[in-house]
Amino acid sequence: MLLSIKNLHASINGKEILKGIDLDVNKGEVHAIMGPNGTGKSTLASVIAGREVFEVTAGDVRYKGKNLFKLSVEERSREGIFLGFQYPVEIPGVSMTNFMRTAVNEQRKYRGLDPMPAGDFLRMMEEKKKLVEIQSNLTNRSVNEGFSGGEKKKNEIFQMAVLEPTLAILDETDSGLDIDALRIVANGVNTLRTKDNAFVVITHYQRLLDYIVPDFVHVLFEGRIVKSGNKELAMELEEKGYDWIKKEFE
Amino acid sequence: MESEANKFLDEFTQGEYKYGFVTDIESDMAPKGLNEDIIRFISAKKKEPEFMLEFRLKAYRYWLTMKMPDWAHLKIPPIDFQEIIFYSAPKKKKALASLDEVDPELLDTFKRLGISLDEQKKLSGVAVDAVMDSVSVKTTFTDTLSKLGIIFCSFSEAVQKHPDLVRQYMGSVVPYTDNFFASLNSAVFTDGSFCFIPKGVRCPVELSTYFRINAANTGQFERTLIVAEEGAYVSYMEGCTAPQRDENQLHAAIVEIVALKDAEIKYSTVQNWYPGNKKGEGGIFNFVTKRGICKGSNSKIAWTQVETGSAITWKYPGCILLGDNSVGEFYSVAVVNNHQQADTGTKMQHIGKNTRSTIISKGISAGVGQNSYRGLVRISKNAVNSRNYSQCDSLLLGDKCGAHTYPYIQVENKSSIVEHEATTSKISEDQLFYCQQRGIDTESAIGLIVNGYAKEVLKKLPMEFAVEAQKLLSISLEGSVG
Repeated sequence: MLLSIKNLHASINGKEILKGIDLDVNKGEVHAIMGPNGTGKSTLASVIAGREVFEVTAGDVRYKGKNLFKLSVEERSREGIFLGFQYPVEIPGVSMTNFMRTAVNEQRKYRGLDPMPAGDFLRMMEEKKKLVEIQSNLTNRSVNEGFSGGEKKKNEIFQMAVLEPTLAILDETDSGLDIDALRIVANGVNTLRTKDNAFVVITHYQRLLDYIVPDFVHVLFEGRIVKSGNKELAMELEEKGYDWIKKEFE
Repeated sequence: MESEANKFLDEFTQGEYKYGFVTDIESDMAPKGLNEDIIRFISAKKKEPEFMLEFRLKAYRYWLTMKMPDWAHLKIPPIDFQEIIFYSAPKKKKALASLDEVDPELLDTFKRLGISLDEQKKLSGVAVDAVMDSVSVKTTFTDTLSKLGIIFCSFSEAVQKHPDLVRQYMGSVVPYTDNFFASLNSAVFTDGSFCFIPKGVRCPVELSTYFRINAANTGQFERTLIVAEEGAYVSYMEGCTAPQRDENQLHAAIVEIVALKDAEIKYSTVQNWYPGNKKGEGGIFNFVTKRGICKGSNSKIAWTQVETGSAITWKYPGCILLGDNSVGEFYSVAVVNNHQQADTGTKMQHIGKNTRSTIISKGISAGVGQNSYRGLVRISKNAVNSRNYSQCDSLLLGDKCGAHTYPYIQVENKSSIVEHEATTSKISEDQLFYCQQRGIDTESAIGLIVNGYAKEVLKKLPMEFAVEAQKLLSISLEGSVG
């Protein structure tokens, strides 16, 4: 078991958002988490990544058998957890190359490896850029600065490709993407998919799942997973809309 | 969280006292306080020609009529000038046998700054053997320079060997009447650097105080004079990224730069004096007057400074753009952490026609530090078709520090253009979280962001200085968030 979430409760400023989440993710699996806006999808992603504003009030999360909450944000990352941000931040003055080299070398240090030689690193960057069909000048620019919405999301997938995580959580990576960008993002995920890693894809719409075929689909509603199924569930949701779920559980 | 840098500086401070000073040269010390006899004593000790003594006495008499300036955004505790010893022969630290005797934390910081083993030994006071000593390097170096007619020596040596040059240029950019601290320096300065590049010569190496004989212990009242004759070029570096500690709390230096027709002078500083401890106790007060004059047409002077040290920094390196088409530049990164205060900026005085100046100032405030940019751009009536571009950015870490901008702009003709841009930003929680999520811890993330922010200025530094300065910025801000 790669990730095991049991009865997870979390709140922000005293307001409970997650009200008992249970979820198991194995290596080689792709899970889709769907649901209406404001039901806790992004909160779940943030809590797994370790964002401090959220307070975990109950529950247990194991990652690779370890208590996730004992790990700092950067340790979680170095242990292979990657969060694709819904709203990637801009970091003026820090070039993508410098940013990624720092990230890669921090990860390598954690694994007891020497920093990657500059030549190898640049070659690796070139290779990964092709994967997400990213323009080559992007890496000379500051992190996300002046990127279009689509570029920012592609950049998240690019970073994922460079860091090769074990568990990637993509938080609404499809929102605001045109169909071409969507295809590129999905293509990136499909290429990186192996039997040794897992993806949790958070999405509001079914359309991303036309490109990334999930093994499991979960519906998150008011802080709980209220329905789980295979990809047919996503299609059912697309057809009936979330009102169907709302009616059933409100 | 205890700041690593400060912890280390505390250690370093205590360390120095622990090792103590050799006392057998105490007799070479003037009594406390300041009067005309003290000034005569200093001049006599240095075997100065008559004109120097006269200069000092005039400065002293003028200084007596002055008051300490209080217009800066600084809280300066009262300074009792009668409690200061204005002359003492260079003090020697007790030499240590090997690096093993040096505080390991100090060594760790040296290592992180990428300072070579030889230099580590020098800085931490380890006796350097004959082979290690760079005397031979210095000799070769001085030989190369003198073949080109370049003079690079201590100010005292210049007074003895090149009195005419000193007499011609000393006080010509910063007169002894300039300001309170400049007058004081003119009266009591003990040593400094002198650099002269003759007509048409391009100095082939970066001149660094590191190579200057008697570089150590130039004291609290340092005086530097750099002259580039027609068509000459020099890049001059002052200071050192390694933390520097001095038993003198008050520093009042003068730097004068003269660029004749078609000459170019680049002056780079990294200032890392002891900033005081985390509570704001101790630390150097640094009151510096730095000014250059672009005397001839098409001349150029560029100041680049990275200011991370001192409890109080009061410093406005400026340019008098007298020659037509002359160019003045000022690039600055000033960091304040804990209780540090900095009021720094520049003065660009356009007098010649078609003169241009550029000002890029990057302030970084952390802890409860207060950082002020103060800059004057003055374009006189005759300076037609002149241009200035100023960019003043402030970066805040945390919510207890302050950033202030005081731009003064005076334009006296209609054909000139002055632009001023200013921004204030904060390192956001979101930026830090984003970095952490990629495996980069908070300290490294701050280093990355701060260096990105300061990049425009850092890239103006000579290569080897730039790399050290980058690391220094990160270390200076350690422990400032979280």
